[in-house]
Amino acid sequence: MHIALLKVTTAFYLVGALLYLYFIVTLKEKSAKLGRMFLLIGVVLHAVGFVARYFAAGYTPITNLFESLSFFAMAIVAVFLVTELRYKLRILGSFIAPLAFAFSIFSAFQSGEVARLAPALNSYWLPIHVMLLFIGDAVFAVAFGAGIMYLLQEKEVKRKRLGAIFKRLPSLDVLDEINYRCLTVGFPLLTLGIITGSIWAEYAWGSYWSWDPKETWSLITWLLYAALLHGRLTVGWRGRKAAILAIVGFCAILFTFLGVNLLLPGLHSYTSLSG
Amino acid sequence: MSSIVIVGLNHRTAPVEVRERLAFPPDSIGRALRGLVELEEIAEGIILSTCNRVEVCVLAGGDSYKGVTAVKEYLASYHGIPGDELNSFLYHYDGEAAVKHLFRVSSSLDSMVLGEPQILGQVKDAYGFAAEFRTIGPILDKFYTKAFSVAKRVRTETKVASSAVSVSYAAVELAKKIFGSLKDKTVMLIGAGEMCELAARHLLSAGVKGIMVTNRTFERAVKLAEEFNGTPVRFDELGTHLKTADIILSSTGAPHFILKKEDVEDVIRIRKNRPMFFIDMAVPRDIDPDANQIDNVYVYDIDDLNNVIETNLEERQKEAARAEEIVGGEVRSFFRWLESQQVTPTIVMLRRKFEEVKNAEVAKAIALLGAEDPKTKKVVESLASAILNKVLHPPITALKKDVDGRDVTELVATVRELFDLPENGGNQPPAPDPQNGKEGG
Repeated sequence: MHIALLKVTTAFYLVGALLYLYFIVTLKEKSAKLGRMFLLIGVVLHAVGFVARYFAAGYTPITNLFESLSFFAMAIVAVFLVTELRYKLRILGSFIAPLAFAFSIFSAFQSGEVARLAPALNSYWLPIHVMLLFIGDAVFAVAFGAGIMYLLQEKEVKRKRLGAIFKRLPSLDVLDEINYRCLTVGFPLLTLGIITGSIWAEYAWGSYWSWDPKETWSLITWLLYAALLHGRLTVGWRGRKAAILAIVGFCAILFTFLGVNLLLPGLHSYTSLSG
Repeated sequence: MSSIVIVGLNHRTAPVEVRERLAFPPDSIGRALRGLVELEEIAEGIILSTCNRVEVCVLAGGDSYKGVTAVKEYLASYHGIPGDELNSFLYHYDGEAAVKHLFRVSSSLDSMVLGEPQILGQVKDAYGFAAEFRTIGPILDKFYTKAFSVAKRVRTETKVASSAVSVSYAAVELAKKIFGSLKDKTVMLIGAGEMCELAARHLLSAGVKGIMVTNRTFERAVKLAEEFNGTPVRFDELGTHLKTADIILSSTGAPHFILKKEDVEDVIRIRKNRPMFFIDMAVPRDIDPDANQIDNVYVYDIDDLNNVIETNLEERQKEAARAEEIVGGEVRSFFRWLESQQVTPTIVMLRRKFEEVKNAEVAKAIALLGAEDPKTKKVVESLASAILNKVLHPPITALKKDVDGRDVTELVATVRELFDLPENGGNQPPAPDPQNGKEGG
């Protein structure tokens, strides 16, 4: 049942993404409203599917790559919907919805069979550690989208050729504001995620920090965002610099999440393709 | 034969660097106008000088080619720019094309911002200067008066100017894309210029928090600040107040940059990179355009704003087509009047000449006949008149006939040559008093 739900969810995300893309081309408000509706229904179905899978499996279904990507997609859509509500920024959906769809499509491929949980993962720390990180990552995904939008809009204003992009994208100020808000929400989540992971590692592996590739890359990501936050608060890094760092930071997240799993073996290898 | 000639350059043919060298400041325009009409080839002249265009309109005494050459040479020598260098930026119109050009310019159909309202006032100012220095006569007077009424027709009968997209409005739109809400933003107005003041007004109605005004003459700053309900700032304290300004509108008459890139770099550092938007309406420019390369700093000069707007005018193009129709009709009717200015004196001269011949011959015949009785006299007289009228009818009809695309000038010249009529003479319409002829506004 949960697999069917997740497949339907992916279809909803696809339609939502297409509606948002149609919106950015034609600027028809109706299309964006409909797109949001699809994403909203999609994310609710997704949550239901997630809970159903939890009961079917007997543990929080974020233990392998497919499950993680699926959860990540759900978190991105949820964070986006909240952001849109807060900033009334429909056009953000044209950037975020396709991203969410791209991640969620993996959930449609995941096995209906529920694998037996690796013993090391059987802990209350699992949902806390992983969900904190993925929600934080989802917040940074929205910052990433806003960062791309900022760079596009900034280029338009600097080059003084105010065409279709200028008309469609919001003000530089609001994009920079989203960047900052996401940073203030995402960074604590990321920090807490790493700390809980470290505590759990002490229980599970007997060491708070073992420099396995995932830990190292998490630290690199954390340092990037820490630098951005510090720069913002002290010397007023903002605008272009902040947008670029938000994009680089999200790339680091993706590498920590996907690249490390697929390329660098280590203690966290539960989520590799074979795992 | 005389013809109307317009020589000039505008935002499309010449960059701001060239236009600023060719501009005629108001305080020296009298000298420029007088020098212009002193030229042998030129009977009447008007100079239009705005930040987007410099155009010299003259009534050339001889053929239009000579008039064009004379004006071009005058522009080159007046501004001390080599003629070869200048020519590539200049365009020229004569005859009907010149009439059309002025009508289009006045109606704001040739403006960067289609339908922007300022150009008509600028054309009226140019006309006012020419009237003041008495460099226009009846033809240009009638020409410009007509241009004003055409512009009025275009404005009232089409929507070209109704929702004015102007440089100042574009500035507000840009400010909103940079700052989002303008509620907590402060404007600094440097110098006084019509467009800057207009932009300041637009920004105020868009809700900016406050406005600072500075000027080289502090009294002017105070006066202007009162008008905007703002704060006057001494010009030499500009540096200390600049850091509190988000939007800077500048149009001073300074011959060089008043804010260099390094100055802006310093300010933005103090502001901790809070964005700044410089709108430089001055020609020559006030703010180093390179400052635009600094992060969070945006510098737009008048050309940039003009370019911005040009991309944004598709909807107006439709209305413009209707405006062009109005202008087209007015051009034909004015050009007909202009032609009649050549035709009427020619017809009068032609008639007068034949009348003189007739009178002389009738007198001779009556003397030869020695006839005393009034009947014979009358017969001879009416015979001569009948022949005269019948002979003159076809050429006069031909002169009066209105055929599109026909070159009346050539026909008039032929008639004058065939019948040996003098170049000047006939009854010119009386010159209207330039002061009374001036339209208000």
